[in-house]
Amino acid sequence: MSNTPDNSPDENGRFGTFGGRYVAETLMPPILALQEAYEKARADKSFWTEFDNFAQHYVGRPSPLYFAERLTQHGGGAKIYLKREDLNHTGAHKINNVLGQLLLAKRMGKKRIIAETGAGQHGVATATMAARLGMDCIVFMGAVDIERQKPNVFRMKLLGAEVRPVTSGTSTLKDAMNDALRDWVTHASETFYCIGTVAGPHPYPEMVREFQSIIGREAKAPIMKAEARLPDAVVACIGGGSNALGIFHEFTPDKDVRLIGVEAAGRGIDTGLHAASLTGGSPGILHGNRTYLLQDQHGQIKDAHSISAGLDYPGIGPEHSYLHEIGRAEYVSCTDDEAAQAFQLCTKLEGIIPALESAHAVPRALDLAKELGEDGLIIMNMSGRGDKDVNTIANLMRVEV
Amino acid sequence: MTRIDQTFARLKAAKQSGFVAYIMGGDPSHASSLELMKTLPSAGVDIIELGMPFTDPAADGPVIELAGLRALKSGTTVTTVLDMAADFRKTNDTTPIILMGYANPIHHMGYGKFAAAAKAAGVDGAIIVDLPPEEDAELRAEFERHDLALIRLATPTTDAARLPKVVANTNGFVYYVSVAGITGKALGAEKSVANAVERIRKAAGLPVVVGFGIKTPQQAEQVARSADAVVVGSAIVDVYHKDGHETALELTRRLSAAAHK
Repeated sequence: MSNTPDNSPDENGRFGTFGGRYVAETLMPPILALQEAYEKARADKSFWTEFDNFAQHYVGRPSPLYFAERLTQHGGGAKIYLKREDLNHTGAHKINNVLGQLLLAKRMGKKRIIAETGAGQHGVATATMAARLGMDCIVFMGAVDIERQKPNVFRMKLLGAEVRPVTSGTSTLKDAMNDALRDWVTHASETFYCIGTVAGPHPYPEMVREFQSIIGREAKAPIMKAEARLPDAVVACIGGGSNALGIFHEFTPDKDVRLIGVEAAGRGIDTGLHAASLTGGSPGILHGNRTYLLQDQHGQIKDAHSISAGLDYPGIGPEHSYLHEIGRAEYVSCTDDEAAQAFQLCTKLEGIIPALESAHAVPRALDLAKELGEDGLIIMNMSGRGDKDVNTIANLMRVEV
Repeated sequence: MTRIDQTFARLKAAKQSGFVAYIMGGDPSHASSLELMKTLPSAGVDIIELGMPFTDPAADGPVIELAGLRALKSGTTVTTVLDMAADFRKTNDTTPIILMGYANPIHHMGYGKFAAAAKAAGVDGAIIVDLPPEEDAELRAEFERHDLALIRLATPTTDAARLPKVVANTNGFVYYVSVAGITGKALGAEKSVANAVERIRKAAGLPVVVGFGIKTPQQAEQVARSADAVVVGSAIVDVYHKDGHETALELTRRLSAAAHK
C-alpha cells in the first residue's frame, strides 16, 4: 500500500489497487531487469551527480518560478506563479524524465532507444538526449498526430531519430504505445523503452515520477523564499500525468496544499468526446497498469478526444487514480475551446506562449484565483511552450500562417 | 478427467502430437466464425483457441489485430464469444475450448462472473496474455472454483530462475511462445524450441504446446517433433479472411496432418 511518507508503490508496483505489471510474459524479465538497474542507480550518488550535471548545463535547470502579475490581475484574486518548464531545453518538462531514463539506459549498456509520443514533445526530448548520448532512437507516433504536429516530426528527424508512423487503431498516442510495446517485446535484449509519462508497468510510474519530481522541489524552495509560505494550491494539466505528478510529489505530504489536476474535456464531458479518464472513465487494465480508463460497457478502450495531442490518451498514470480515490488530489477538466482561449490570453497578457496542453490548466487556475481571493497563492505548472501549436491555433482562428 | 487431459491422454496413446487452431470469435461475423469453429474438429483440430477481441492487443501482430477490429465492428463482446462456445458444445462435447484474450474486457465484466459464464458455456480454460503470474492470482482463484484451466505462457525470455514461478499453480498445459515477439512473425530456431519444451515439460509436469510464428505444414511437423501440440493462429486467420472458409479448412487439414505425423 502507498502509505509510506513518500507515496512509494508496494513491491508489486501498486498504489492502492492501481498500477501493477500487466504485460505479456515475454516482457516480465526485461521489466524485472529494468527495476533492478533502476534500484541500483537511484541508490548511487554518481548517477545523481551525472543527472544534476546534465540538468544544470544541458537542460538549463533550475527553471524559474515566475510571478505572473498580469494573469493574476486578470484573475482578480489569488497570486498566480508559473513554474517555467517551458524554458527547458526542448521546450517542455519531458526532458527531465528522458534524461534520467537514458542515463539509466547507458548504465544498462542499451544503445537502442524506443519511445512513443503524442504531441511530439516526449519524442523530441528522447531524440535529443539520444543524439547527445550517441544512441539510436526510434519514435513511434500515430499517423494522426504526425499530421497535427509536423514541426516536431521534422525536429526529431533532424536529431537523427527514426519516426515510425503508427496506423493501427485510432492512429494516436495509445496506438503508438501499443506499437512501442510490440517493438520492445521483439527486441528486448538490446532495447530500452523510454516511456514518456507516469504510466505503464511498474517501475515506470514510480521512476518517471522520481525523475520529474525535480519540478516540485524547484517550486517549493523559491515559493518559500518569495512568499515565506506554502501555496494554497498547485495546478497542472494531465494527459498521462507526468508534469502534474512532477510538481505534486514534493507537496503531497503538505496536506494543506491542494493538488489540482486538469484533464482534457475535449468538446465537453457530456459529448463523450474527451480525454478525461478520471472525470469520465472507470478502472481497467491497459498498457501494463490498472488505472482509470475511457472504456465502453464491454471493456473496450474508447477513443480519446482533445485538441491537444499530448493529452489525447484514454488512460492516466496509476498514482493519479490512487490520489483521486483517497481524495488527496482534485481532478477537474477544461474543454478545447477554453484551452484555445487561454492559449491566446496567456500569450497576450504574459508574453508566454503556452503549450496547448499547459493552456488547459490556465482557466482552472483563474477560477481558483477568484475562489481563493487576494490572500490566496497558486502555483501553476507551465509544462511546455506552445510554438508547436501555433498552426492549430491559426486554423481555429481561420488565419493563414 | 477434463477435456484437456483427455485430449492429451488420447494423443499420447496414439503417439501423436496435437494440433491447436486459433480463430478470432466474431470475425467477420458471429455466424460465420461459429460455422468455421464447428468444422475445425473435422479438419483434425484437437484443441480450439477462441480469440476474444480487444481494441489494444499489444502482444499481437497486424493479422490478429485486424481480425479483432473486424470482430469488434460486427458487435462481438466477451458474452457473444461465450455464446459461440455454448453453441459449439451442443454438437461437440470433446474438443477443448481455450479462450484467448486480454485482461480488460474480463476485468470489466468481473473475474467471478466471467469464470462462471465461461464454465456454463462449456469452455475449458483461458489464456489471458497480459496477466503474468504476478497479476493472475485473482482470476486463478475464480478459475479454480469453476475447475477451469488458466494457461500460463513461457517464453524465450523466461530463464531458469523464473521458470518455477511460471509453472507454479498452473494446470492444463503450458503454452511456449517460440520466439520473443508478437504473433504472426518468425518461428524460433528448432533446437532452441526443442530444448525449451524439454525444460518446461520437466519443470511443469504438464504437456507443452508451442505457438507463435508457425505458418506452414513443414514448420508444424518440425515443431511437433518436440512439442505435445502445435498452435497455428495468424496463418489460419489470414487465409480465412482473404480466401474464405474452405481454403482455411484446407490449410488446417494440412497443418494438422503435419502435426499428427
